[in-house]
Amino acid sequence: MSEIVLETRHLVRRFGAFLATNDVSLKVERGARHALIGPNGAGKTTLINLLTGVLPPSEGQVFLEGEDITSMASFRRVKRGLTRTFQINQLFNEFTPLETVALAIAEREGVGHNLWRSIAGYGKVVDEAAALLARFGLASVMGERTVILPYGKQRLLEIALAFASKPRVLLLDEPAAGVPEDERHEVLQIVSDLPADVTVLLIEHDMDLVFSFANRISVLVAGAVFVEGTVAEISTDPRVKAVYLGENA
Amino acid sequence: MSVLPQETTVSANSSTAAAETRAAKLMKRRSRIRFYEIIVWIAAIAAYFLLPSKMLILTEIAILALFAVSLDLVLGFAGIVSLGHTAFFGLGAYVAGLMAQHYFAEPVTGLIVAGVASGVLGLLTSFLILRGSDLTRLMTTLGIGLMMAEVANQMAWLTGGADGLSGFSPGPILGMFEFDLFGKVGYLYCVGVLFIGTMIMRRIAFSPFGLSLKAIKGNSMRSAMVAVPARKRIVTAYTVAAVFAGMAGALLTQTTAFVSPDVLAFHRSADVLLVLVIGGTGYLYGGIFGAILFTLVKDWLSVITPQYWMFYIGMLLVILVLIGRDRLSRWVEYLPERLSKKEDR
Repeated sequence: MSEIVLETRHLVRRFGAFLATNDVSLKVERGARHALIGPNGAGKTTLINLLTGVLPPSEGQVFLEGEDITSMASFRRVKRGLTRTFQINQLFNEFTPLETVALAIAEREGVGHNLWRSIAGYGKVVDEAAALLARFGLASVMGERTVILPYGKQRLLEIALAFASKPRVLLLDEPAAGVPEDERHEVLQIVSDLPADVTVLLIEHDMDLVFSFANRISVLVAGAVFVEGTVAEISTDPRVKAVYLGENA
Repeated sequence: MSVLPQETTVSANSSTAAAETRAAKLMKRRSRIRFYEIIVWIAAIAAYFLLPSKMLILTEIAILALFAVSLDLVLGFAGIVSLGHTAFFGLGAYVAGLMAQHYFAEPVTGLIVAGVASGVLGLLTSFLILRGSDLTRLMTTLGIGLMMAEVANQMAWLTGGADGLSGFSPGPILGMFEFDLFGKVGYLYCVGVLFIGTMIMRRIAFSPFGLSLKAIKGNSMRSAMVAVPARKRIVTAYTVAAVFAGMAGALLTQTTAFVSPDVLAFHRSADVLLVLVIGGTGYLYGGIFGAILFTLVKDWLSVITPQYWMFYIGMLLVILVLIGRDRLSRWVEYLPERLSKKEDR
């Protein structure tokens, strides 16, 4: 279990004079449940954007399963098994949830370029989409337009959509944000139930969730990795308490 | 390999099965033939019998409709704005004219050659619209349109320059149906091509490819995160749209036996955008509804106020946009969706 699937080397991202990511070198092992925590503005989302190619880094490199993907287009990274969810829902408002996940499954299966056959003709894609939506409790709204769904349902769809690509490395940017209290654990349970070889990098503010879910934690402060360790190490580290946990306690 | 753990309980299995049944139903319903589609094609045939003296304007509508439907494929589906779509229309028109003049007078052959030529131009210029925002795309496409117009003007030895191309006559369609003086055959020919073109683009619209185009338009960042190769898809869509725009141009040449430099004029690109604003984007038939309304209003206005009809067209545009494009592009949803009785969702 010591194979490194996701790695950054001296990753830097500047916005003008502002250093959003400051020399981040991170190694994530296969099957890890790795949490990324840190105060607001610490550069957590920027790091995810760099990993997924939404933003190009100013310096440094990103490796996926040993391959340098620093300048690879986002959609190719997804094809290679790296995908994410967004902190603020990024959905297709005019699509139904069914169309949304069917699209992702069709692209994963390599049939997205077919312009002659109706999607309804891809029975396996449609079946898998339906099963996935049922798993996320979205079966009852699969035919509604996404934009009119309640926020909690949209949030679930946001995560279901990432699952539809069957990632080997999944980056979750505050997946439980805005999910009603009683459904939060359901969301995290679904994530926990992922096969052991799927690697998860999680940004989350709810420390209870982080400590129950993660087996490794990196603390980001001012764009740099402040400290990294196991849950036990981080939860008892006085410096972490000072810069981060102290604010919430 | 499945990411999700297999459901073990019976109730979960049956609910998944129910979801699959419903999903299959919903997906089939997506591409079902709508009520208004049947009306459109029945009306097109009925017009042939009921309005024999109006063949010329009806032909004009059919040609404009094909042109607009092709633009909808890039604008309404992929979300690519263009002010230069007439580059493809005009090239198709000239190619069809040159074919008839120098090589082969049979119209369907000319139509296909014109479509291929425009498709090649579409493929080549598609790479110019991949980068940038809506504004840069508007300017790039506008520029391509203007360049094509000037090229046609300068290459007088080939295109006739400002005088246009004339002195050719298209032969009988497929060697069988001669164009008549009243434009009846021409109308049926154009409606036939419009029908086939619309049906082809309709298939594309409901394919995984069509869905991915709408995803690129709806949220390009997320579409990348579900592995949609946006550039490839845009290149394909733009090329296909160019083919049909070129065919529309060829139809104009073949039904009028004349190519004027006006086929590449800027106002045509603007007109076809206006047609889609009127008819609505993203469902193809907006191009047809828009072409009918636009042509009829233009015709009516140019009769009652021959000098100032452009004023009213402009006013119409302002009013339409103020009413709200969203509501406008969705008006067709208020029509009954199908002939059969409503099923429970």
